[in-house]
Amino acid sequence: MRIRRLLIANRGEIAARVIRTCARLGIESVLAASDADLDALPARLADRVVRLGPAPASESYLDPAAVVRAAKVVAADAVHPGYGFLSENPALARACRNSKIVFVGPAPETLEAVGDKLRARSHALAAGLPVVPGGEAADLAGARAVAAEVGYPLLVKAVGGGGGRGMKLVRSPDELPHTLDLAVSEAAAAFGDPRVYLERFVASGRHVEVQVLGDGDRAVALGDRDCSVQRRYQKLFEEAPAPLLSERIRAEMATAATALATHLRYGGLGTVELLHDRERDTFHFLEMNARIQVEHPVTEMVTGIDLVAEQLAVAEGLPLRLRQEDIVLSGHAVECRINAEDWAHDFRPAPGRIERVVLPAGDGIRVDHHVQGGSVVPPYYDSLLAKLIVHGADRADALARARAALDLLRIEGVTTTVPMHQALLADPEFAAGGVDTAFFERFLQPCVSGVS
Amino acid sequence: MDLSPDDVRDVLRVLDSSGLDELHLELENLTLTVRRAGASAWTVEQQVLRRPAVEGGAEPADHVDNRAPRAAVPDGLVAVHPPLLGTFYRAPKPGAPPFVDVGGRVDEESVVGIVETMKMMTPVHAGVRGTVVEFRTGNGEFADTDAVLLLLEPA
Repeated sequence: MRIRRLLIANRGEIAARVIRTCARLGIESVLAASDADLDALPARLADRVVRLGPAPASESYLDPAAVVRAAKVVAADAVHPGYGFLSENPALARACRNSKIVFVGPAPETLEAVGDKLRARSHALAAGLPVVPGGEAADLAGARAVAAEVGYPLLVKAVGGGGGRGMKLVRSPDELPHTLDLAVSEAAAAFGDPRVYLERFVASGRHVEVQVLGDGDRAVALGDRDCSVQRRYQKLFEEAPAPLLSERIRAEMATAATALATHLRYGGLGTVELLHDRERDTFHFLEMNARIQVEHPVTEMVTGIDLVAEQLAVAEGLPLRLRQEDIVLSGHAVECRINAEDWAHDFRPAPGRIERVVLPAGDGIRVDHHVQGGSVVPPYYDSLLAKLIVHGADRADALARARAALDLLRIEGVTTTVPMHQALLADPEFAAGGVDTAFFERFLQPCVSGVS
Repeated sequence: MDLSPDDVRDVLRVLDSSGLDELHLELENLTLTVRRAGASAWTVEQQVLRRPAVEGGAEPADHVDNRAPRAAVPDGLVAVHPPLLGTFYRAPKPGAPPFVDVGGRVDEESVVGIVETMKMMTPVHAGVRGTVVEFRTGNGEFADTDAVLLLLEPA
């Protein structure tokens, strides 16, 4: 069915991003906004605005009934859930289906299959992907049996977790009983699911992910991204393609991601997260994210494809418009996440009122953002203000342009992570490429002790 | 009408080949200032002025003050304020016992609650040695930086 009116059940920069594609395609955009966001920039950019509920996310962006109600009030054909919030929530996908509203994302059954980490793992195995050695641990005896196979150090992960949440490191057998108890009770409290599983801990790993797009029959891979620059499992900087990977590994990753999407009969945009073991030069499946990702623009820059437009086309029921041979990568793209945080004080959040926003512009520069002079950054949601995305002929060129663009970017009124990115882009180890996920904490030590 | 990033890029291409260093546009719903910042580098300052009409039932209850109260602090007691604005929680996680109850003894470093701001948790320390007399902010209530979370009787 043709989407003529789209409800955007999200906020911030991704809402503004989806609105932009709607405008380009002639789709009417209706923003579902909480009380804290009714006058935010995305609300001023959307064709229409409908009230979703009170500011706390649990009563608005996280309430499937409120989203469906808003979609019905404006007679929307479809709901775009963005990322985070309800984007991978089977209850919303099902409620949309029951109300004859198109959910822009995979089928609820697919969301259930990939949302449960153990089920996702077994699907990955069935599709022929390598998975990290490990297994479910129902109790201490079970955990000890798995630990005997994978060795120490190991990770205890919540089945209902993801995005770096619900993970604990166990260095030795005597830490296992206490950490397991803690992980089970925290998983129950945080995710409503006490199940945990154990996995080998990879000492030096890179977070590499493959963007896939499927129509339920066919799937294509749209290149890879490197998201290894992380603090406490939160990504700070991303790039495409992942640097310094052998062509063999890169091809194997793309094949693996496509195989999983095909096996799942995946319909929509998705990301297959992989862990590249630098020491062994192998990779393993981590998880699949069944939504558009924060870092999707770097893929758009190197492929020239509007991923939101493809997502909407697939949601309309159209067959894939792309063949694998149509996807040609050009150059290198990087993304700096600009957050309202004070990196000099342990990344303390910095809500407040923005006074002025000056953005760099020019060929190969794109800033996805949701703030302007006078914008209020509310304390209820995450701290992402803007993403600086820069495309260059190669990685060195992209980084040089990104440094110049960062020097021009000014968001005044709240503390931002722009200075952190300036320091990161000046770091020689980072500039060489291919850093592992432990790099950023190492990088931070001398920087922060040197910041007054 | 809004200017899309593609429109802005078109403007820049025209400017690139011109001798102009600055352009200021004022449209009905938008102001845009473009300045040259070097060889083919530009900065853009944009202000979208449109104010959308909000649809969909109940208007926001923006006059209902559900924030933590700011009653006067009785003589001899010390107020504990949040380190930054956010949602106040009395326990480390849902279902867990609170960090401290009325009557509980604390010292300067004792954690008496946490504040969630932008999905990040910050501990609230008592700041003084003493006994908890009263909680002025409820669990899950939003608190500004000048709100009183609880009152302590110094030891």
